[in-house]
Amino acid sequence: MFLKRFFALLATRNREFLRDRSSVGWNILMPVLIIAGFALVFSGDFADQYKVGIVKGAELQQQHTAAIDDFLQTKYIEFIDITDIDAAKIKVQRHQLDMLIDPVSKHYWINNESPNGYLVEKVMLSTLLVPLQKQSVSGREIRYVDWVIPGILAMNMMFSALFGVGYVIVRYRKNGMLKRLKATPVTAFEYLSAQIVSRLILIMVITICIFYGTNLFIGYAMYGSHLSLFLVFALGAVSMISLGLVVAARITSEETAGGLLNLLSWPMMFLSGVWFSLEGTNPVMQQLAEVFPLTHVTAAARAIMIDGAGLLDVSYHLFVLIVQSILFLFIGAYFFRWE
Amino acid sequence: MTAPLLEVRNLVKHYPRVMAVNGVSFSLQPGVCFGLLGPNGAGKTTTVEILEGIHTPTSGEILYKDQPVGKRFRNEAGIMFQSTALQDFITVRETLLMFARLYPENADIDELIERCNLTDYLDQDNRQLSGGQRQRLLLAIALVNNPDMIFLDEPTTGLDPQSRRNFWDLIESIKAQGKTILLTTHYMDEAYVLCDEIAIMDHGKIISQGTPKELLAEHFDDVILQLPEADVIDSDALPFAVHKRKGVIEITTCDVDQTIEDLLTNNISLAHLQIRSRNLDDLFLELTGKELRG
Repeated sequence: MFLKRFFALLATRNREFLRDRSSVGWNILMPVLIIAGFALVFSGDFADQYKVGIVKGAELQQQHTAAIDDFLQTKYIEFIDITDIDAAKIKVQRHQLDMLIDPVSKHYWINNESPNGYLVEKVMLSTLLVPLQKQSVSGREIRYVDWVIPGILAMNMMFSALFGVGYVIVRYRKNGMLKRLKATPVTAFEYLSAQIVSRLILIMVITICIFYGTNLFIGYAMYGSHLSLFLVFALGAVSMISLGLVVAARITSEETAGGLLNLLSWPMMFLSGVWFSLEGTNPVMQQLAEVFPLTHVTAAARAIMIDGAGLLDVSYHLFVLIVQSILFLFIGAYFFRWE
Repeated sequence: MTAPLLEVRNLVKHYPRVMAVNGVSFSLQPGVCFGLLGPNGAGKTTTVEILEGIHTPTSGEILYKDQPVGKRFRNEAGIMFQSTALQDFITVRETLLMFARLYPENADIDELIERCNLTDYLDQDNRQLSGGQRQRLLLAIALVNNPDMIFLDEPTTGLDPQSRRNFWDLIESIKAQGKTILLTTHYMDEAYVLCDEIAIMDHGKIISQGTPKELLAEHFDDVILQLPEADVIDSDALPFAVHKRKGVIEITTCDVDQTIEDLLTNNISLAHLQIRSRNLDDLFLELTGKELRG
């Protein structure tokens, strides 16, 4: 009987959503427009500035940098202090750093495929007092659009999950639909399960369509496993749908629900590393970002797509998402009221 | 007398500042249509919603087929709320089928569709239904599990006269099947036509209960004579009190012969005289007062 009732509610909710053309349209159109906009605006480059990393190890002293002092005075080049040399080499591979210099070991790294790398190398060699050892790396360029797309997909999931479940349940509660269902043999567990699964299916179908659809035109980086990415997005969707259930557990006013959902979604959108890296930002902000499911979905998806990370590599994010999903589901179900 | 299908014993619902239901008791024999009447705020919807399982009572007992209400009651009860929204973008057929799948047993859906006159609207979106069509669909939903006990909470509120009459016919056909109905309504004519027994509630209590005829006989032994105001030139000269309302003079009397004789003595024409018995409207106002309720 559970499955019969579950599928009856699931099918009806799916039909309701799919026939609401404006809702489906916005769910698909919004992320496509954002992605297309970024692809157009940044037209392939991560940024227009030249960036050179300088390794600042413990043993770095004045005499080490003397050889590149003139180079460090060069205008229009941003010099970035580097503490993690391995992470910096990956950035050179991805064209996110044009060159990396270790003054202590007297080595520098450039990407042979990077035009910017070629130019900054020319500038550096003309100013050097002491020769440095050249190290070549290679790797495909990671554009800003490659970097930002996992976050945009995750952000779209967040809006769909929070508003598609939270707002809809509050609307049903307000107009008496939930009260009508309460008078049937349907249990809260059956009803909430159907809502979660319905939204999960819709989110995943839409995300897959957007991912492969926009990839046809933009062709962004995807070095990891598609299945791993699917699992990360599915888990992220469950966690954010559950968060929507927490919001919708008792509220009876659509206005209150809308305000609360906006209060949750806007900080998440800006503080979860969707648009810019949180590296180097205020530690309090970084701690706050850890609380948001969107942070973990974005970070895990980005690692899979750009770094080719496996599920084990992103296990911390998956663990957080699982814990958050269980916690939110428990709170949402415990406090849920039909009226 | 057979065992009651539903028995309510000393039901109490206490909200922080309001005693919504204050010791309500009644029982429903199988196959009867029981009307629960009362002004706004009397506590009838709260009472019915406690019976339906929507609210939990502060105290009291509800027995269905001699057992406390539970899963069985939920499977065997059909409920039509005062106002229920239906899902947008879903057709009448899909709505009925969805509700049918929520119950272990179902009525014959095709027969239900035909009986509730929904055949022509089956593929119509719920949003496009008229008031009457919508109420018929809500009734069909209440009947979808072939219930033994049916709750109808103000089912004809807002309907035009034709739709109301049509709805009464539907309820009569359900009664003819031997179903037990609990009906709440503001319309006294509706209660008089449909209900075998009524209870009038006010301030959370049942203040009177019985068949409509019993209650009228218990509370009234008079009739009302009505005359156009223009035919009564000097009403002050009459040896009894009169009540003027919208151009009509009403005289309440237990002795019609004597009253007519008095009117003739005062040279009042009886050409337009009308005599009407007391009805449930009169009883309702008599018992609950005439002040406006929220």
